[in-house]
Amino acid sequence: MTHLLALDVGWGTTLAIKTIIILALVPAGALILGYTFLLKMMSHMQSRLGPMDPGGFHGWFQLIGDGIKFIQKEDVMPDGADKRVFAMAPVVILMSTFLIFVVIPAGPRIVVKNLDVGVFYALAVSSLSVIGVLMAGWASSNKFALLGALRAAAQLIAYELPLLLAVVGVVIQAGTMSLQGIVVAQQNGSIFGWSGIGNPYFFTQIIGFALFMVAAQAELTQTPFDMPVAESELVAGYMVEYTGFRFLFFYIGEVGTAFAFAALAATLFLGGWAIPGVHGAVADLLGPIVLFVKLMFVAFLFFWVRFTYPRLREDQLQALAWKVLIPLGLANILITGIFKVAF
Amino acid sequence: MTEYYRNYLAVALFIGAALLMAGGMLGLGRLIRPNRPQPQKYITYEAGSDPIGGWGQSNIRYYVYALLFVMFDVEAVFIFPWAVRLEFLGWFAVIEMIVFVLILTLGLAYAWRKGVLRWA
Repeated sequence: MTHLLALDVGWGTTLAIKTIIILALVPAGALILGYTFLLKMMSHMQSRLGPMDPGGFHGWFQLIGDGIKFIQKEDVMPDGADKRVFAMAPVVILMSTFLIFVVIPAGPRIVVKNLDVGVFYALAVSSLSVIGVLMAGWASSNKFALLGALRAAAQLIAYELPLLLAVVGVVIQAGTMSLQGIVVAQQNGSIFGWSGIGNPYFFTQIIGFALFMVAAQAELTQTPFDMPVAESELVAGYMVEYTGFRFLFFYIGEVGTAFAFAALAATLFLGGWAIPGVHGAVADLLGPIVLFVKLMFVAFLFFWVRFTYPRLREDQLQALAWKVLIPLGLANILITGIFKVAF
Repeated sequence: MTEYYRNYLAVALFIGAALLMAGGMLGLGRLIRPNRPQPQKYITYEAGSDPIGGWGQSNIRYYVYALLFVMFDVEAVFIFPWAVRLEFLGWFAVIEMIVFVLILTLGLAYAWRKGVLRWA
């Protein structure tokens, strides 16, 4: 970023600037996804009139109204709750969302830190949210909350594995775990000798992409995998005792993580910020736009599924993860490995 | 400070930033939101009836999944370095990994056969 502005500043300042940008980007991303998909797309697909009404044109005032509502809510903490853990839980979830953004690249030089273990790190910190969910469910001292938290924990660990296994295929092909390296490998790749659009791993890792999308949907606890927050049986599960901003943190965490996962899927499978044949400063300028377009496409898929399918049963969910997705993921790794060495 | 530590300083800074944002928003909320304590508000929510006992009981069935998870998660730790270096290691590594994954799959098949993966 600072290179672009031709400023000569130290790494400390650069890091501080990047942190401030991300600090604004996470809520902004959550707002964009929340507005486009959660409110407008859902209203159109499910004929919901409420979110289309406030403020006149297409209900543009809805999100602002929601914000005003959240800020005025009284902070209620049940007597039986473990106060300190109860207060910390939403912050842990928010933290896990923030940490994913450290490694996501939006251009050759637009990345907070290009860690060598990039994608591994992203998956590791994203699974920190399990701890937050368990903390929230346990500390609420509420039966619904505890059930929701246990369901969430069982679900998140079960789907963590297909997510990991899907990513290993990409890592084998790129030969690196750094997200920046994976993007460059896709940009410089070729499909049967034709390098017109590089080699987005979507084509070679189609099984991996499908696994990643299904597992990410479950990690985000979105329908059809929303048993932990099932509103009609658990009345929002582990969030049931939360009010006001603390409740909002769960939402920012959820939609912000959807934003991050969409960016990860776009980076791993759709070529990330790369445009064929564009390098250097121009790629720095166009990269964020390209990544954003791809990310919105992936997010559209997430939310499309969310608004279309009914909820699975708890045993069906576990069976899907252990009996279908994990064996498929292992097979995908072996096939990719054999192809990588053979060709 | 070496580049390696700088990278992880960014991670620490992000933890701080998340705390700061949460604290800032909660602080702002504290200034604006009303506070009218009534004892009824602090009763645990249970769909309108008075709750009996604190925490409910839940099925221990979940712990088997946790055990299986540990098995596969450790496997993932081994598989990532393998995936990065595969091109240099060649066929030997592929065959090694096929053996490793087969042994793991045996474990999964055993759990499957034992009915652990069935919910009922």
